[in-house]
Amino acid sequence: MGAFLRDPSVLVEWLRALLMSWGLSAGLTELVLYLLGGFALATGPMLWVIFLIWFERKAVARFQDRLGPNRVGKFGLLQPFADVLKLMTKEDIIPEGADKPLYWAAPILSVAGVLLLWPAIPLGLGIGGNLNVGVLYLIAAGTLGIFAILLAGWSSNNKYALLAAFRTVAQLVSYEVPMVLVLLLPVLLARSLNLQDIVQAQDVWFVVYVPLAALIFLIVSIAEVGRTPFDLLEAESEIIAGFHIEYSGMKFAMFFAGEFLHAFTIGILTAVFFLGGWRGPGADIYPVLGILYLWLKGFLVYFVVVWIRATHPRIRIDHMLNFSWKFLTPLALTLVTVGAVLDKVVVGWGVWPRALAHLASNVVVALVTLQLVRAWARRLPRPKVGEPRPVARPQPQTQPQPASGD
Amino acid sequence: MNGTQWAFIGVFFVLALLFPALPIVLGHFMGPRRPNPIKNDVYECGLKTYGTPWVPFKVQFYLFALVFLIFDVELVFLYPWAVAYGVLPMFAVFEGILFILMLAAALVYAWKREALDWYEPTMPEATD
Repeated sequence: MGAFLRDPSVLVEWLRALLMSWGLSAGLTELVLYLLGGFALATGPMLWVIFLIWFERKAVARFQDRLGPNRVGKFGLLQPFADVLKLMTKEDIIPEGADKPLYWAAPILSVAGVLLLWPAIPLGLGIGGNLNVGVLYLIAAGTLGIFAILLAGWSSNNKYALLAAFRTVAQLVSYEVPMVLVLLLPVLLARSLNLQDIVQAQDVWFVVYVPLAALIFLIVSIAEVGRTPFDLLEAESEIIAGFHIEYSGMKFAMFFAGEFLHAFTIGILTAVFFLGGWRGPGADIYPVLGILYLWLKGFLVYFVVVWIRATHPRIRIDHMLNFSWKFLTPLALTLVTVGAVLDKVVVGWGVWPRALAHLASNVVVALVTLQLVRAWARRLPRPKVGEPRPVARPQPQTQPQPASGD
Repeated sequence: MNGTQWAFIGVFFVLALLFPALPIVLGHFMGPRRPNPIKNDVYECGLKTYGTPWVPFKVQFYLFALVFLIFDVELVFLYPWAVAYGVLPMFAVFEGILFILMLAAALVYAWKREALDWYEPTMPEATD
């Protein structure tokens, strides 16, 4: 047990020896090990989603001064299981004229796209992802979830769903740019695309170096998931339910599982890039502890995401696009430029001075940005005090209406 | 080491597809199946959908997609630069920054040409 805590790879070695002793060939043993590892890596998040559904319903309920689920099981903890059973036995309606293969593929992809992010994530020292192009892999795999929404919108044979697909594409396309830009900063500070190296480089968390970049990353990630300030793709009051309007039963449930899991995954990713990943007291000696730290940090960010969801109203599509192209993208470009110049100067200064220099540059950029936004806001037309407010009433007729024929 | 990582991702990809597919197929067979023309009809606010739902989309989406495409392709070029940052001389760093400034110039250009503005279709003014 102690050996396992110190070095989890003994478990793999033990399994490999066990399988070999059963007479399996080396190649087959590797395959079985991959399958087992894959099952563990996929089952963990999928089971966790069940808890997340309960947690989010409960948390949002408390934000809205309600009780939330509290009937099924202690604190309503068994509510998600009841929901799954109910959704399982619901009729699977396929709308007339739907593009069937794509209609089936969409909910599967929405979960698979999120699960695919997990192999790249370093869960602890020597556990989990160790890809040399980890960041690029994350950016590539991260867009699959949105692809699922596009497929769902297209294949449902419904105008509302298609509108949602349009909006999704516009949103993804706009928020991908600041995300790719902002992820340059952790890569630049760690000098590696490998997520394990990025975590290792965070003797001081990168959120201390570049808090603005962390904030932008969080905002952009929320937009990529399509959560509440950016949930134009499922705006109930405008396009009914958007892309999943025609989905029922388990397919509908999969969209939601995908969304919740994605929200938690961006929490984990924020933790990996900016909050030190699995690092914490004792995580170097007992790598299994690292999983716990990563989970806690990820959950904390996830809670902030839920908090934002419960606090902010939905934004309009032109505001959404403007916010990305005219605010986040220039800001991210500035941050990368400043970070690149500064790091050459301060690289020899030691850990904390370097971090504080970056922090200072971020504070300056933030203040300048605030001033610019303030100056811009001052130039906006605004009604003077005492001026009559515009009232929505029909314009007074200047000429008498000509008598109509009927 | 890396070859095995990619092999693992290959295996995991199949698993990631199977995990959501299984409950969906299960649900498909567990649920009742009593289709009727009205139930299977496409959802619309009270009346039948008029025409095909696959309508032409607003050309503005296409503009955003173009700007995005240029940006994203160019940004990926910055990643090798960021990885090699530690061994780069100051000169190369400024070259990278020049590249970023060119991107910024493209953004300013698109901004000034109003490619980033969202136009609402203007209704004809109500005339008396």
